[in-house]
Amino acid sequence: MVGAACALYASRAGLDVRVVDRGPVAGGTTGAGEGNLLVSDKEPGPELGLALLSARLWSRLGDELGTAVEYEPKGGLVVASAPETLTALRAFAGGQRRAGVRADPVPADQLASLEPHLADGMAGGMHYPQDAQVMPALAAAHLLRASGAPVHTGWTVTGMLRTADGALAGVRTDRGELHAPAVVNAAGTWGGDLAALAGVRLPVLPRRGFVLVTEPLPRMVRHKVYAADYVADVASDSASLRTSPVVEGTAAGPVLIGASRERVGFDRSLSLAAVRALAAGAIGLFPFLERVRALRTYAGFRPYLPDHLPAIGPDPRAPGLFHACGHEGAGIGLATGTGQLIAQTLTGKTPELDLTPFRPERFDNDGSDTGDSGTDDSGTDDSDAADSDTGESDTDGGDTP
Amino acid sequence: MTERAHLAVVGAGPAGLAGALAAAERGVRVTLVDAAEQAGGQFYRQPARPLGARRPKALHHQWHTWERLRDGLERHVSSGRITHLTDHHVWSVQRAPGPSFAVHALLGPAQEEGVTVRADAVLLATGGYERVLPFPGWTLPGVVTAGGAQAMLKGGLVLPGRTVVVAGTGPLLLPVATGLAAAGARVAALVESAGPAALLRHAPALAAQPAKLAEGAWYAGRLARHKVRVLTGHTVLEAHGTDRLEAVSVAALRRDGRIRPGSAHRVPCDTLAVGHGMLAHTDLAGTLGCTLAGTEGTAVRADDEQRTDVPGVWAAGETTGIGGAALALAEGHIAGRSIAARLDGRAPDPRSWAAAARSRSRLRRFFTALDAAYGPPAGWAERLTGDTVVCRCEEVTAGTVRTAADALGAGDLRTVKLLTRAGMGWCQGRMCAPAVAGLTGCPLTADRRPFARPVPLGVLAGLPDA
Repeated sequence: MVGAACALYASRAGLDVRVVDRGPVAGGTTGAGEGNLLVSDKEPGPELGLALLSARLWSRLGDELGTAVEYEPKGGLVVASAPETLTALRAFAGGQRRAGVRADPVPADQLASLEPHLADGMAGGMHYPQDAQVMPALAAAHLLRASGAPVHTGWTVTGMLRTADGALAGVRTDRGELHAPAVVNAAGTWGGDLAALAGVRLPVLPRRGFVLVTEPLPRMVRHKVYAADYVADVASDSASLRTSPVVEGTAAGPVLIGASRERVGFDRSLSLAAVRALAAGAIGLFPFLERVRALRTYAGFRPYLPDHLPAIGPDPRAPGLFHACGHEGAGIGLATGTGQLIAQTLTGKTPELDLTPFRPERFDNDGSDTGDSGTDDSGTDDSDAADSDTGESDTDGGDTP
Repeated sequence: MTERAHLAVVGAGPAGLAGALAAAERGVRVTLVDAAEQAGGQFYRQPARPLGARRPKALHHQWHTWERLRDGLERHVSSGRITHLTDHHVWSVQRAPGPSFAVHALLGPAQEEGVTVRADAVLLATGGYERVLPFPGWTLPGVVTAGGAQAMLKGGLVLPGRTVVVAGTGPLLLPVATGLAAAGARVAALVESAGPAALLRHAPALAAQPAKLAEGAWYAGRLARHKVRVLTGHTVLEAHGTDRLEAVSVAALRRDGRIRPGSAHRVPCDTLAVGHGMLAHTDLAGTLGCTLAGTEGTAVRADDEQRTDVPGVWAAGETTGIGGAALALAEGHIAGRSIAARLDGRAPDPRSWAAAARSRSRLRRFFTALDAAYGPPAGWAERLTGDTVVCRCEEVTAGTVRTAADALGAGDLRTVKLLTRAGMGWCQGRMCAPAVAGLTGCPLTADRRPFARPVPLGVLAGLPDA
């Protein structure tokens, strides 16, 4: 998804772009995502700024591509079960509002008008009209198509080409060389491996998440709905922000239930413990789901960096290399802003957001090889990307001669 | 409810029954978990008890084999050696610490309540299901699968219609046509796309199975007696009708699989029973991590003892590759003996099952040849009109699937699914995957299906600890 957005905005900025991916379109984390375009779950800071920019760009793409990408500006609803959680939620939303987020308090007696099937007894909630949803695989495919860039799926990048002075001059693949003065690393969870091919370190690691998909239903869940319990955690530890169940209906009918987070490397095997927690959490929000059937579940691997911010922008350690990866669970939502910022840096413009917090070289002195910040989930880390069976994507942007 | 058993056998068809009996006879405590009300699987499907069928054997070949299996099961159930759980629909088998296994099932026709069976070893005998390839008009009421027509006959003692055309490809069409004719339907035609030439090409391998040839001759005789017109080297082009099926167009195929010009004609009928061979059920094995093998990567790989490459998991019958009831019996028997020895900490002596192993080799050769002879005709996918629904669950047309492959660059089944929803619905692609593969030229690979059937979220939320 991020690669597709980089290709689109770079191409619209007048660059000649080629896209290389060792797998199919949307074969990596994109194909396992829910398509969340969220501002509601972000605390004020650089990620929220990127989310707001991205939300504006997604809205424009939604107008342009219409129903092809199933863009739905449905809004988010965060609900609090207890009064103290509601107090924390209100304080959190106050900070977001000052940063430009629309957050409208919903009293307990108004929740049913927004979500008629929500569990009784909630203390109140917050409505975020800027939250939206997109079908990620369709979005990636249609953004790539709109970019007009040739797409080389099934090509694996095996090394970097360099000029005499050491700057990047393109990529070597198993199907031949591609020459370009700029290489964008949009390899997602496998972005660390691609960076290593360029001789630089980027500690991207996988964090597994499961999504449950139900049978198709008439629209029973109108917004993206999740519990506010996480808000209490935000103050103490932002890394454990997103562990609560997220429930949403889709244009196609199924309800999606996300999303667990565990660090188990690239292990794709079914975890019934994770699936059980998701199901229980979702039933807690929407009791009618108890009798609804799950048709499938799938795992994806979120690419995370130690400080939970993506790497965006030029890499001073490898001239010609640009990074656009490490968006953790927000890659679909943050893709458009990332693509726009990358296009601006590629064409020598001043990016409209300060890229300092996203500098790819910021981990050089953190003294850690695994990038484990050690602050949140338990579990073992496994940085061996060779186990993966999904794709990497590189957007390879070069100036038009 | 949690029960402890030494061996859990999933599926009570020929392979599962043979495996359960062979293990139980050697002292293993067995829990036989099956979705049906009665043992027998698809092959030995029994009429529902309330129907009080007087002569169910008239619908079955090899009745004596069935009687032997049935009596053995009754004996072991009454001695307490085998627990037979009927109406248990297994949706996942999980490896648990121990090492042991948790077999998760849904109860009864409602499938709203969960049950977990714990076991030290698992025999997957989950059978196969029919491959049905789409054609214009195939979604009309009156079009049923060949196996579905047979199941209606065997299980409900009812006919799917009065005038039936049986069509497609594969050896299943013969018993379906003879069964329907014997039960009183008028079988207007048996339309088999494999031509005599294809069958002749594999004649040596087929002729090495005199019993099987005799079976074929027996069916041919029955078809002749019922005056069923047999059209080999023909295919159904289209099903016609407004509210329900009224006729089918049938045409002759050239040797290259294309339609012979001018050969199309209409055959009036109210029922079309159609099938294009079988595919293995591999969902449980896939989620357990068993390697799937076979020409199309769609069957569970098993060694000479019927062990998969996951320790503690055996597989037998159609799930390891389509080969019919006799092969399933041989594989199940070998699996049961191997399990009995291995659970006892011994290596089994393969000489003790030499006869079953010989019959297994012979039948596998035979079915490999059969598989090569009976294939969907070349060009079937090109004959699909753009508006033909390919994925019935999600109502995805051939045109949409072609666009995903041509314009959006989807080159594998998963990407086609992500971009079109073909395969995302109730059946999770079991029905449409072969058609989508044929339409797009993608290889038919086994999809990951963590839930072998839809599971209520309440059952997931109430799962016991592993």
